[in-house]
Amino acid sequence: MEETTIRQKKKVRARNLILHLHPPMVPRASIRFTLTFGLGGMSAVLFILQVFTGILLRFLYSPTPNDAYDSILSVENNILFGQLVRNIHHWSGILFVIITFLHLLRTFYTGAFYWKRRWNWIIGIALMVIVIFSNFTGYLLPWDQLAYWAVTVSTSMLNYFPGIGEQLATFVRGGSDVGAPTLLIFYNFHTAILPVTLVLLMSFHFWRVRKNKGVVIPEQEKSEMVPTDPFLVSKELVTALVLIAFVLLLSIFFDAPLRERADPAFSPNPVKAPWYFMGIQELLMHFHPFFAAILIPVLFLAGIIWLPFIKFQKPHEGIWFLTQKGKKLAVTASLISFVGTLGAVLLDEYVIDFESWLSDLSPLLSNGLIPFGILLIILGGTIWLIKKRYNPDKSEMVLFIFTFLMMSYVVLSVIGIWFRGPGMVLSWP
Amino acid sequence: MKIQKQHKEKLNRRSFLKRAWAWLGVIAGIELAAVAFNFLSVGKRKSKHLNPALIKSAGIIESIPPGSVIPFKSGHFYLVRMDDGGFLALSLACTHLGCAISFDGSKKEFICPCHSSVFDMTGNVLKPPAPRALDTYRVFIEGGEVKIDTSKKIRRRGFSIADLVYA
Repeated sequence: MEETTIRQKKKVRARNLILHLHPPMVPRASIRFTLTFGLGGMSAVLFILQVFTGILLRFLYSPTPNDAYDSILSVENNILFGQLVRNIHHWSGILFVIITFLHLLRTFYTGAFYWKRRWNWIIGIALMVIVIFSNFTGYLLPWDQLAYWAVTVSTSMLNYFPGIGEQLATFVRGGSDVGAPTLLIFYNFHTAILPVTLVLLMSFHFWRVRKNKGVVIPEQEKSEMVPTDPFLVSKELVTALVLIAFVLLLSIFFDAPLRERADPAFSPNPVKAPWYFMGIQELLMHFHPFFAAILIPVLFLAGIIWLPFIKFQKPHEGIWFLTQKGKKLAVTASLISFVGTLGAVLLDEYVIDFESWLSDLSPLLSNGLIPFGILLIILGGTIWLIKKRYNPDKSEMVLFIFTFLMMSYVVLSVIGIWFRGPGMVLSWP
Repeated sequence: MKIQKQHKEKLNRRSFLKRAWAWLGVIAGIELAAVAFNFLSVGKRKSKHLNPALIKSAGIIESIPPGSVIPFKSGHFYLVRMDDGGFLALSLACTHLGCAISFDGSKKEFICPCHSSVFDMTGNVLKPPAPRALDTYRVFIEGGEVKIDTSKKIRRRGFSIADLVYA
């Protein structure tokens, strides 16, 4: 037995560069697919797809308002497989955002974010933010009506940053409107600064996983080890191939959208931000822009960065939803949040109108602080009720609040993406 | 280590040079940051100089009847002439999130397609969510010709009679 493991070890050590990522042996529990669903690995695969297709596109794209749209048309119509390459870039870009988000959820729900893993949680959030901004900067490049107005609306949100908002928006756009300088800035971020930063942070991210002795697993399952090759490597390969096949299928059957050439003088109706910002745009329908576009997102981000620094009584590492109670609380939070968010949106759309009821007050109060305060009170009340009914420990309580807020953002996004028609009126898709 | 600690209080040649290097490094860092910042704010600086291409002409005064609104989509503005003959150049960009407003001739109102803000002919908000009146561009009259300087947007809370330019 001992001899064979030594032989296997030697064989593994002799393997190529890929195994720099992994130790020669890994705990059997850590390669169970349903522990991680391979989400981190999938993100890495999508990144590689993005790099390859992005480099190809970069040879044919020209980042000026005059030529950008035509160069995309030319890629689609004059280049063999041009449309396919663009489609792969489009779909894996979308999946990249979704999968990294799911990866973040997985890390949270299996309790893999505190103690020695806390810095990797923060690097992970930085990566997630960069992935979103990679997608966002790429959104402008086709220079069609969809791109132009989505970026106009999104960058206009910066105007509401107190004090320096206008300067900030001007700086990001390189001028007072979205124009040639904006395109060049976004192009540079999209094809150089962000991918390079992503590579650096990803290396750090992977290295930290190894420093933490692999992915999170329950303490009692740490002893049984298996060789990385073939046990882990084969699973990774299968996951990667299935993912690539899925992206390919999507790209064969669904073309990346391309609307009319950008026209700065004419806004289509409705204008929507990129889908991952639609939750924020939906908030804009209900709150003063300072609250919707600045305060709430900043608090949200600060909250998830702060998460691993909360002092938890006992660890629940490597178990989905931590405990039996945690499972129940996750379901409860999702349900309450789903109904509550939907109800609040409908109520605000058809009944509540603080702005005209309290027209003497500034909109910052009537449409900002007052509804936001009411929501906080409702959330506080819910937490109090949950505390009384379920008596959760601290980590279960955090799980409840996290689930509540995430579900809320998902509901807002879904409403914004599919249930807002012309004039941003609520309507069926 | 111990020897260094003993001499910590005194500023000898070695520690002085070390400190000097560190400060030089900081200064060099600031200089580089300033260069980079300057580089990146090029777009903003351009607007300080009057670029002749950014001056748009709307034709002679007499060609624009009072009470009319003329779109100059290439210049990104509407030229408004009030009933009393005053000129006003309103930016196309809605003050809420920057969508391009369109003019409804029958109601004499500007409407934003994105979140249905409504503005009157002076640019004042008739219906939120837009938080303030439409931005304006400077209008001036040169040799009987109405000209608009589109190099700089002028922000304002609401319309005042001083915004109007008369021949």
